[in-house]
Amino acid sequence: MSFWSRTARVAVSLVVLMLLMAILVELTPLGENKWMRVFFGVSALNFTLRAAIPLVLGALSGILCERSGIINIGIEGMMLAGAFAGFVAKSSTNDWPLYLSLVFSVIVSLGVGGLMGLLHGMLSIRFRMDQIISGSVIIILAAGLTSYLFDRDAIADGKFTPIPIPLLSEIPVIGPVLFNNPPITYLALLLVLVVHIAIFYTRWGLRTRAVGEHPRAADTEGINVNLMRYFNTMLGGMLAGLAGAYLVLEAVGQFQEGMTAGRGFISLAAMIFGNWTPFGALGAATLFGYTQALQNEFLLAGVTTIPRQFVSMLPYVVTIIAVSGLVGRVRAPAAIGRPYDTEGGR
Amino acid sequence: MFRVLLIPVLALVTSLALGALVMLLFGDDPILAYQGLFQGAFGSGRAWSSTIRKMIPLILTGLSVAVAFKAGLFNIGASGQFVMGSVFSVAVGIHFEGLPMYIHLPMAILAGMLGGMIWGAIPGFLKVTTGAHEVIVTIMLNYVAALFGGWTVYAGGTQGQTPGPLWDPTARAISETPDVLHSAQIPWIFGPPYRVHFGVFLALLAVLIIWWLIYKTTVGFEIRTVGQNPKAARYAGIRVEKTVVLTMAIAGGLAGLAGTIETLGLNHKFAPEFGGQVGFDGITVALLGQTHPVGVVFASFLFGALDAGAAKMQFESGVAADIIQVIQALVLAFVAAPLIIKALFRLRSTQDDRHSASLNTSWGGS
Repeated sequence: MSFWSRTARVAVSLVVLMLLMAILVELTPLGENKWMRVFFGVSALNFTLRAAIPLVLGALSGILCERSGIINIGIEGMMLAGAFAGFVAKSSTNDWPLYLSLVFSVIVSLGVGGLMGLLHGMLSIRFRMDQIISGSVIIILAAGLTSYLFDRDAIADGKFTPIPIPLLSEIPVIGPVLFNNPPITYLALLLVLVVHIAIFYTRWGLRTRAVGEHPRAADTEGINVNLMRYFNTMLGGMLAGLAGAYLVLEAVGQFQEGMTAGRGFISLAAMIFGNWTPFGALGAATLFGYTQALQNEFLLAGVTTIPRQFVSMLPYVVTIIAVSGLVGRVRAPAAIGRPYDTEGGR
Repeated sequence: MFRVLLIPVLALVTSLALGALVMLLFGDDPILAYQGLFQGAFGSGRAWSSTIRKMIPLILTGLSVAVAFKAGLFNIGASGQFVMGSVFSVAVGIHFEGLPMYIHLPMAILAGMLGGMIWGAIPGFLKVTTGAHEVIVTIMLNYVAALFGGWTVYAGGTQGQTPGPLWDPTARAISETPDVLHSAQIPWIFGPPYRVHFGVFLALLAVLIIWWLIYKTTVGFEIRTVGQNPKAARYAGIRVEKTVVLTMAIAGGLAGLAGTIETLGLNHKFAPEFGGQVGFDGITVALLGQTHPVGVVFASFLFGALDAGAAKMQFESGVAADIIQVIQALVLAFVAAPLIIKALFRLRSTQDDRHSASLNTSWGGS
């Protein structure tokens, strides 16, 4: 099995193609064409990245859980809980120095996301709840609790701002798109690489995959199956929490009820679309982000001949076409969704 | 019978107690809240009618999700199918003036079901022909349906955008359809202020038919076999592909019927915001009812009552209605994991607790 699956290759080629086109549009007379600017301008690329980040983090969250054999459809709920926690932390530390308060809030988001992951782990491992139900419980619980507890008068002062990376951010096109971003964006992109290496080239990753593919064999080798699953589910929860932190502390700056707006579900799609690999997920998330960006660019360019609802359908229709044709059959970890009992255990 | 009810009742009691704890923790009065909740759900004729009214779409979307589960399919697409049902039924309902009711109403209902069926069959068809995962496709189709529904009633824009085909010009800037003609409205059993319509019998009829279909017919046997073991089903000569598409079409038809009944019976028109939570609630209700048609009815009754009481609760006690969602999540958790309740109340465990129904067989693909 090649770790650089077909989806990952498609994904990377897609990103490279988009950057190449943007460079052409920016530096050659191609940029005089309105449509070329709409499709490949720097602003479209910037928007793409901003829309893709929470999806990437959500998909990574799913990958960590599912590689170890725990289905996580609760990403949406974990994300929302993380966003809310980050907001509460930020709005109650407004008088701290800005960066200290922001970093503190990110840590709180990570913590609450991790706790949601732990809850999912406990429900599905300790109490043997069906993992899809457990995920649904997490989603409903998070939606209910965050709305119930949300103080509509609270305000968060300030959010993360872009930090240009010296020299790299000077490169035309690539610089402003990739190297002039706020910190969570850099972190998310870095995490794609980190999770890729961790899953495919470390002992922990080998164990995680063993637990997800063939728990009995892993157990025989002396790996504590359920401990691995708890650990991964918590880690996954933290990543979803980070996605929530991104929404509140970097993208929007405030909390709104139900502000994840289905991003957790789209992350799930990105994870499956990317065949449970980090780079595949990055590619899928970029594709989603790009279609969302297009809808924005169309609006800015004053394109009214196509009803805006149909433009907005693009991300979803593209996904359906992609999962039906482009990817072909994807394969989930083999032991996914099944609780594990040790031989003759309790 | 007693044992079947024991866990759900204990689950409800525990969830209400935990909900009260949360309220106390954040300075709300749980007793006042629950009084309001009960009054809003059962305290008067209007409360009862509102509970029943909320129950109808839940029964149908719950059935939709439950039927798909029987074949090992996860239908997250009930909300999209609901919207398509609403749009198709309203499209027939606002046209064809002069038709008698006994033709127009069935026509509108069938159109709505057809809309849902198409929307349900697409993910089934894509799954068997290309291997596209039904979870992704149904989620995506939800968004597409919401946008499509929005377009059909779109009031047009300031930059010269054309309005949608079903938009009511007399509504000016509001995006909604005209009222459904009288001949296509589901009649009231009790008119305003009670507003209970004959759709409730349609929903119960659907429960009966689905129960019969799943447990008493060859098709139902095939659906259940495919759900339990697709490989064995194929070996036994069942056409798995056909069964998957058929099941998704039935599921879609049921969710479409939910939208249809809400449109023709209650709203009498369609606007983009009418879809709401009901598709996702269908998942919860199906799980709570343990994917059995009769269980779905009980679960819908409980959730309908909670939804109906929530507004009154907020009005009477000032406790935010969102706490109801928390309680619903807890009920679902406790029913789905009887081990928690049994540990809490020190009940004896039975063998089958450890092997609770698994719904996630479809996740890994075949």
